[in-house]
Amino acid sequence: MSGSSNIVAMKKVVQQLRLEAGINRVKVSQAAADLQQFCLQHAQQDPLLTGMSSSNNPFRPQAVCSFL
Amino acid sequence: MAAEKAEMDALKKECDGLRAQIEAARKAVNDSSMSGAAGGVASVGRVQLKLRKTLKGHLAKIYAMHWSADSRQMVSASQDGKLLIWDTFTGNKLVAVPLKSAWVMSVAFAPSGNLVASGGLDNMCTVYNIKAASPKTLRELDAHTGYLSCCRFLSDSEILTASGDTTCCLWDLETGKQKIIFTNHIGDCMSLALSGDMNTFISGACDSLAKLWDLREGTCKQTFSGHTSDINAISFFPSGNAVITGSDDCSCKMYDLRSDQEVIGYQDTSLNAGVTSLALSNSGRLIFAGYDDFNCHIWDSLKGEKVGVLSGHDNRVSCTGVPEDGMGVCTGSWDSFLKLWN
Repeated sequence: MSGSSNIVAMKKVVQQLRLEAGINRVKVSQAAADLQQFCLQHAQQDPLLTGMSSSNNPFRPQAVCSFL
Repeated sequence: MAAEKAEMDALKKECDGLRAQIEAARKAVNDSSMSGAAGGVASVGRVQLKLRKTLKGHLAKIYAMHWSADSRQMVSASQDGKLLIWDTFTGNKLVAVPLKSAWVMSVAFAPSGNLVASGGLDNMCTVYNIKAASPKTLRELDAHTGYLSCCRFLSDSEILTASGDTTCCLWDLETGKQKIIFTNHIGDCMSLALSGDMNTFISGACDSLAKLWDLREGTCKQTFSGHTSDINAISFFPSGNAVITGSDDCSCKMYDLRSDQEVIGYQDTSLNAGVTSLALSNSGRLIFAGYDDFNCHIWDSLKGEKVGVLSGHDNRVSCTGVPEDGMGVCTGSWDSFLKLWN
């Protein structure tokens, strides 16, 4: 029965929880506002959101060349 | 015996106290809802992306894909025992890397474009030099005692791995040895993502938890709960202040790192399939989530609404990725095809 290894393991859990408990937390209203602001500020640099012309589209179907 | 039991009981009591303290601290800052705050934001409307290319070449289920930093090349991994490197502009296959073990679960492209890495049920992460005349095995990273679920390069000399043995590991590619082992999860690690500044990374595991780690100190800094099943996919929001997860519980969640809690969930009663993979558009506004229902559903990250779907695969979507330039989305599936959409 490894009782002492259980205690060692449990002490680690306590130490980890102490670490996580000690951080500063920002209000959700502030966090949400910042996330929103980021999305809106970067919206114009988001081609999947704004769309793109076919001449700018790297995945557009290849133009067909024909010999005349 | 009795002294040990008393000490154990005291420790358990301290744990419970600390957990309650964390919950109380989270509640104390929970003064708003994300979807409520997004009431004033204009809707994105219906997002209708078109299928631009279907990449055919694999002969079995595709399990993973990863874009190169050049936003043009992409590597895919299939249980047909091959990695394929594609030029997504032309649809051509550039390199085929034969694998020693066909049971691949993850693949990664190094930022330099010189190396790719893969691994799976062989419990190893194998790194290949793809710039050589024919792909050359550079390193076999062999120390995990469980399957390799995810790998990501920091550079040509460091790689991070996540494993079914519940640990994540930072490796030195020059020596082939482990530098730091990250232990804290109590379930198989399924997915990881690196922060933009490479000081931290996040992991999702079968213990239904997401964890934020300090890459250099090796410590777990924060733990996020809420999912009720395995987390299969995880990604940073582009600002670096939030984390998105996808789970077998059929939902995705966004956790804000500074508030230390879930701020919005993405679920729909009509969606009864697990989330396998996810990727964000460059502004973070759109979440592309691959599901077991053969589709990739698109979510408005701020409002929590489903705004579109990428349909076309004939089997589970197993992997999803958006390149650095944000010009498209790639989905990979058990149907053996990769599809490019924008």
